[in-house]
Amino acid sequence: MVKEENESPNRPDNTAFTQQRLPAWQPMLSAGIVIPGFVLIGLAFIGIGVALLITSRNIQVLELDYTGTEQNSPCFQCSDPDQQDCVCTLQFSINSLFEGPVFFYYGLSNYFQNYRRYGVSRDDGQLYGDLSYFKEPYDQCEPYRFDRNKRPIVPCGSVANCIAVYTFRLFQIVNGQQKEVPLDGKGIAWWTDYNIKFRNPTVTPLRNAFNSTAKPLFWPRPAYELDPSDPANNGFINQDFLVWMRRAALPDFRKLYRRITEGDYANGLPAGNYSLEIAYNYPVLSFSGRKMVVFSNVSWMGGKNEFLGIAYLVIGTLCVVMSVVMLIVYAKFKFPEED
Amino acid sequence: MERHEWMRRQCRKLFARERDRGAVPTQSSEDSHIPPLKLKAKRTISVGHWPHQEEYRDVAQSYKGNIIHTTKYSLLTFIPMNLFQQFHRAANLYFLFLILLNWVPVVEAFQKEITMIPLLVVLTVIAVKDALEDYRRYLSDKKINNRIVQVYCGKQNAYIGKRWKDVQVGDFIRLSCNDVIPADILLLYSSDPHGICYIETANLDGETNLKQRQMVSGLPLQGVEFNPASFYIRIECENPNNDLGTFRGFIEHYSGARAGLDNKNLLLRSCTIRKTETVVGIVVYAGTKYALLLCDLGHETKAMMNNSGPRYKCSHLEKDLNNEILWCVLLLVMMCLITAIGHGFWLKQFKHAVFLVDEDMPPALAGFYVFWTMIIVLQVMIPISLYVSIEIVKLGQIYFIQNDLDLYNEHADCRIQCRALNITENLGQIRYLFSDKTGTLTENNMVFRRCSIYGIEYPHVENGCRLEMYEAKENEAAGCSVTVKSACRDKSLSCRSLSCNRSSLSLHTLAAESEEDGQLSNDFLPLTSAFCSRMAKEVIPDPDLVNKLSRLCAPMLLSGDVTFETTSSLELNYITDFFLALAICNTVMVSSPMQPQHLAQPQTLSKSLDGIKLIFQRFSLPLFSALSAHSPTRSRGSHGKTDDIFHSRNSYSNGPSDNEEDMRIEGGAENDTDNELMYEAVSPDEAALVHAAKAYRCTLRGRSADSVLVDLPGIGAMIVRLLHILPFDSNRKRMSVVVRHPLTGQVVVLTKGADSAIMNLLETPKGGEQAQETDSHIREQTQKHVDNYAREGLRTLCIARKVLEQEEYEVWLKGQLLAESNIDNREELLNVSAEKLETNLTLLGTTGILDRLQEDVPETIESLQRAGIKVWVLTGDKQETAVNIAYACKLIHPSDQILTVNCQSKDDCAALLEDLKLEVQCSEERISQKKTAEDHGGLSSGRKVSFILVIDGRTLNWTLEDASNCFLELSHSCKAVICCRSTPLQKSQVVRLIRDQLKVMTLAVGDGANDVSMIQVADVGIGIYGQEGMQAVMSSDFAISRFKHLCRLLLVHGHWCFSRLANMMLYFIYKNVMYVNLLFWYQFFCGFSGSVMTNSWVLILFNLFFTSVPPLIYGILDKDIPAEQLMRVSELYQAVHASEAPPPFVFWFTVLDAFYQSLVCFFVPYFAYVGSDIGELAFGSPINASALLIILLHQVIESHTLTWIHVFVLVVSAGSYFVFVLLFSVCCLTCSPHSNPVGVEMLQMSQPLFYIVCALTTVTAVMPRLLFRALHNTMHLSALMQTALREVE
Repeated sequence: MVKEENESPNRPDNTAFTQQRLPAWQPMLSAGIVIPGFVLIGLAFIGIGVALLITSRNIQVLELDYTGTEQNSPCFQCSDPDQQDCVCTLQFSINSLFEGPVFFYYGLSNYFQNYRRYGVSRDDGQLYGDLSYFKEPYDQCEPYRFDRNKRPIVPCGSVANCIAVYTFRLFQIVNGQQKEVPLDGKGIAWWTDYNIKFRNPTVTPLRNAFNSTAKPLFWPRPAYELDPSDPANNGFINQDFLVWMRRAALPDFRKLYRRITEGDYANGLPAGNYSLEIAYNYPVLSFSGRKMVVFSNVSWMGGKNEFLGIAYLVIGTLCVVMSVVMLIVYAKFKFPEED
Repeated sequence: MERHEWMRRQCRKLFARERDRGAVPTQSSEDSHIPPLKLKAKRTISVGHWPHQEEYRDVAQSYKGNIIHTTKYSLLTFIPMNLFQQFHRAANLYFLFLILLNWVPVVEAFQKEITMIPLLVVLTVIAVKDALEDYRRYLSDKKINNRIVQVYCGKQNAYIGKRWKDVQVGDFIRLSCNDVIPADILLLYSSDPHGICYIETANLDGETNLKQRQMVSGLPLQGVEFNPASFYIRIECENPNNDLGTFRGFIEHYSGARAGLDNKNLLLRSCTIRKTETVVGIVVYAGTKYALLLCDLGHETKAMMNNSGPRYKCSHLEKDLNNEILWCVLLLVMMCLITAIGHGFWLKQFKHAVFLVDEDMPPALAGFYVFWTMIIVLQVMIPISLYVSIEIVKLGQIYFIQNDLDLYNEHADCRIQCRALNITENLGQIRYLFSDKTGTLTENNMVFRRCSIYGIEYPHVENGCRLEMYEAKENEAAGCSVTVKSACRDKSLSCRSLSCNRSSLSLHTLAAESEEDGQLSNDFLPLTSAFCSRMAKEVIPDPDLVNKLSRLCAPMLLSGDVTFETTSSLELNYITDFFLALAICNTVMVSSPMQPQHLAQPQTLSKSLDGIKLIFQRFSLPLFSALSAHSPTRSRGSHGKTDDIFHSRNSYSNGPSDNEEDMRIEGGAENDTDNELMYEAVSPDEAALVHAAKAYRCTLRGRSADSVLVDLPGIGAMIVRLLHILPFDSNRKRMSVVVRHPLTGQVVVLTKGADSAIMNLLETPKGGEQAQETDSHIREQTQKHVDNYAREGLRTLCIARKVLEQEEYEVWLKGQLLAESNIDNREELLNVSAEKLETNLTLLGTTGILDRLQEDVPETIESLQRAGIKVWVLTGDKQETAVNIAYACKLIHPSDQILTVNCQSKDDCAALLEDLKLEVQCSEERISQKKTAEDHGGLSSGRKVSFILVIDGRTLNWTLEDASNCFLELSHSCKAVICCRSTPLQKSQVVRLIRDQLKVMTLAVGDGANDVSMIQVADVGIGIYGQEGMQAVMSSDFAISRFKHLCRLLLVHGHWCFSRLANMMLYFIYKNVMYVNLLFWYQFFCGFSGSVMTNSWVLILFNLFFTSVPPLIYGILDKDIPAEQLMRVSELYQAVHASEAPPPFVFWFTVLDAFYQSLVCFFVPYFAYVGSDIGELAFGSPINASALLIILLHQVIESHTLTWIHVFVLVVSAGSYFVFVLLFSVCCLTCSPHSNPVGVEMLQMSQPLFYIVCALTTVTAVMPRLLFRALHNTMHLSALMQTALREVE
């Protein structure tokens, strides 16, 4: 054998690879493979679809629009852009226990957080607590980079500037008395955002880090005073700030405001009347947006969404139907031949 | 070019200086026989003590040294030069444009680094490839440069070893046998007594036959042991140029003697010295005369071989691709426009929206900016990387073609060579195949079959039997002949060294390899060389002819025999001259183990003189006797040995029946060396004829520059002085030698050539009436025999002679000498001179040479025809021969109708073509009528009559000029076309006509230099390693060793390559459109602002890495139909392409599918997440993941084969994506500013919703395609496929 090879040095190797004879699965997509496959997938999808639909049906959602464009809306007065520090109160009732843990979202519609020039207008360096970026913010932050006095804005950029600083207070009306529902503002942001991506400068007290910088134009208070009640919840690791900075994918979105997990409400919101006190401070009429609050509980598949369940059912059924069709076609085309 | 310029400048400088001092060595006017040189640019080399020697030496030293660099780059220049070259590609410019665009702040879409990635990757890949190639060149350069050669050193007065790179112009170099020549040197001394040196030019042009070089003549240095120390010469010659064929200059000795120099004196670099012990020469061109050429050789061997310049062969598929890419561009622009307009309107609707960054910008301007941003964002829409991918895929395809065992010729140890890298898929679309006949359909292994002399046919019956037996035996031995094996063995060395692809090869690697092989090849050089297989060449002589010949030598006592009387002395005279012509009218080299002393010792002449006298007596022709008096020197010493004659008398006395046996015995006894003689011929015909002559004991024993040594029957060895050789020329179609006849001493011209050439040159009969009658009788008979031979499929050659009167000869000689010494248009003048001589010939006879068909040719042709390929045969042979071969190889069936177009004039030709066209149409109608009638009657139609068009060269010429349309139409309705007597130019014209007019893919296959132009013109040119040198192979795109390999090459590899590439291209476009659309749909939800929902790194790498390898594997390994099936059902070749929808439809179908898939892939996640708190990147994560899965699964559906390699690559691709994004989401803290992916994928992939969405998206997107494929496979399996499948079952 070896000798033979020496005799013909040009002879190609006779291997399965070089001779293109590798054992191959030829996916001749004939009925034999496809029909059982379709049936299996179809059945699996129908199963998943049913599970999703049931899960989704069990999720309770309460959506309250408080834009106030309508005359009868309690926030009608506040919707006037000239109004300052307007507070309006929204009354609503829950008929049955709203199972906990309840997630309290605020929602905005027609708000384009994914607008490209808006989205890039931020400085991750600043937000990471890097002091060098405090002096010279990222140039994409324009026009929210320096204030009129040429002081660098911290945090710079449009995203931070437009933060919707909401203050909601939820009361259960028990026997005519307002009983405040405790709202849990901890851990509403992503763990990675809070611990890795955003950091305060390692300067104590925190405000010193912000010397000779300006607060964003729209902000009532500088970053280090975002949450007067909790000194640890200030600067760039303020939970509300973090939630806002994670830009929404779509123009109609909601963002987590609080969770209701404490005290009497750990199991959910009991049936009854509630009033929501809203510090109305974010005009949306300029872009014909809507504002709302959303109460929802979540399941393993996230929030309420009937689409997935229905889609699974439809596709699953289609698969089964198709497999039947193919069986017919197959029978028609395959068997007469063999007769 | 630079180098030339430089040289020219140097020389001008030199001459200017000389003129200033008035010291140009003026030549004495006596040397008038050397015409003044009209050299535009000269180079002067001088040795010894001349005036201004120092300056000469300086100049000589300033000539380019012998060191060679074929590397394109050096370490320093690599990066800039390589970049410069790479930016000549349009694709790279596109990337560059995108990068620059991204630098404009208002349109910036991604980080600047990210947009550079695609370009960097492409540049790096190509740069690494280039660097590796260049490094290989560098290594071989180094090896070559450091070889040792013996150079004369004046100080030590001895030859010392020097490295090649240190050799300088003006150095004396001594070379021994089998040395490779280190520079272009002028041959000054050869150990051969005749001053001849043999070289093999295999490294230069692949030809393995030996060539003669002559040492400079006319200088007083012959015969003396050469001593450079006492050698004062001055050489003036032309400056380096790239013409291999010419060299002009003169040499001037110190003594004042002067001699012209031509190509015969020059030994070219990298040729090999053979069969000559020692050679000394002076270096005239260091580096090489052909420096430019060498550089080219690595890349463009074709450029060397053909000055006409090869057409750049473009693949048709790539033309389609360009169209498709244009559509992609249009699509891209449309998408960008939509976005731009959308953005404008979107902006317009807001007043003081809080999220607007710069509200002052007018919407139109913002829209304009967005347009450019989108161009960057959607850049992958244009599959630029497809071009690189196609190159890689083609390399892979070529790898498999070259490794195919079925395309390997075991006997020659020769693989298929793919020389063109970019046209593999053309193999799958061939519609017309143009084939040469000789050497392509046939073996080109000529064997003498029969001959006719003096109008009498000698059928050589036994010889025929032997050949048939031989063939049968050969067929038993699995088809391939021993002949080929031995013939190709020597050749395979050069085949192999040339077989690398064009881009990675330089001449130096060739030289290097051949050096390694040198030892090997020397070992069997004496044993085997081209055309010397004993078994095939040995001819069994015809008893009749032997009988007649024996009269020549038989003593007088047999004169009473009856047979003798029937043989007139004139006929004998014809017969001897006939064989003499066979033996010496050629350029065959003789080699035997006795080399280099291959020329006989002078005493053999005297030995034969006795015989001559006897013969003279026997001829007893008045003419001869008169002439014999003319040459007294020859008849004087007539006291030689008589053994020889005695011996022959004994052997022939037994009568005709035993003749043959006797001859064999005698052959063995008489001369042992007979068996050792090896003939090396340029063309196999020559070898066959020499062997035939040898069978009649007219043996060619040796050859020197001006004489040959032949054995003549009954006389023994004698030297024949070759006065002139008028070499073979394809225009003249003949060659001649002028010799002094060994028997009569007359000057005789012996001519051998095609019958058409010879018949027109015959002398008009004169002399007595009887003589006239015999003459015309001979001519008629011979013509008849020639026709018969041709009908039998034999190749015919006519032999003629002309006896020159001394005065006539002298007149001609003058002209010839003038032509020879002319430097400027020597070739032309020589031709004219030759034509002047070759007139008024006397026809001696004709030979029929058998050229057997290659194995499996009929099967191959039939198979190709079934595959819908029209096979045309273009041959230079006679019509009868061509038709006969066509019958033999089943190109013509006995039932076919042959339409012959042979016209005498242009007008006839056009008319005839029209007539034939009508006839064909009529008969076609008849057939169709009959068919319908038969269909009505329910009868199955019989064999369809097809037409074969046979056209000769002259008619073809007129046809091509005037009636090409008519010809095309006619040929269209013919099954096959045979063009005979066609010139190389016509061959290429025919191919061009079909290629351009019918717009179909053409393939030309041939083996000889006459096929080169046709091979270059055709869309696919295929060369066959044959017996006629390497030109065809050198100019071909693919080189194969047997005709039958075409079948597998086209039907299997062609089909595969085409379908693989076409599918891959479609898939590539699909992939890009699908992915890019995802980004486009998102624009509807982000205010058309050019946002992306994906991290930009992933966006760029998605195409570059995660989905790039599977299509490559798909393009290289996919097999839509198994090889066996393709070979057996050759209709598939055509049917598969025909049955599939036309390319534009397939393209749009694919694009539509891509649109559908991207819609699903975007909107399923959209509806799943709408209204929720989903973040931008989190939204993109399931979209990306499912897009990846869809794209990969789509490929699984489209693939026809899945091997472990496919599975592995698919899994790795998918895996690498997930690993990358997960790692990225953990590690990338600030690496991606606006779309920071930290934590996104981790979080997403930890949620079941992600998988739920991905599963739904993937299944929904892939389902229709899956369904379509399944239904298509069940329902629309073409009839052919079904028959094929049924056969398998």
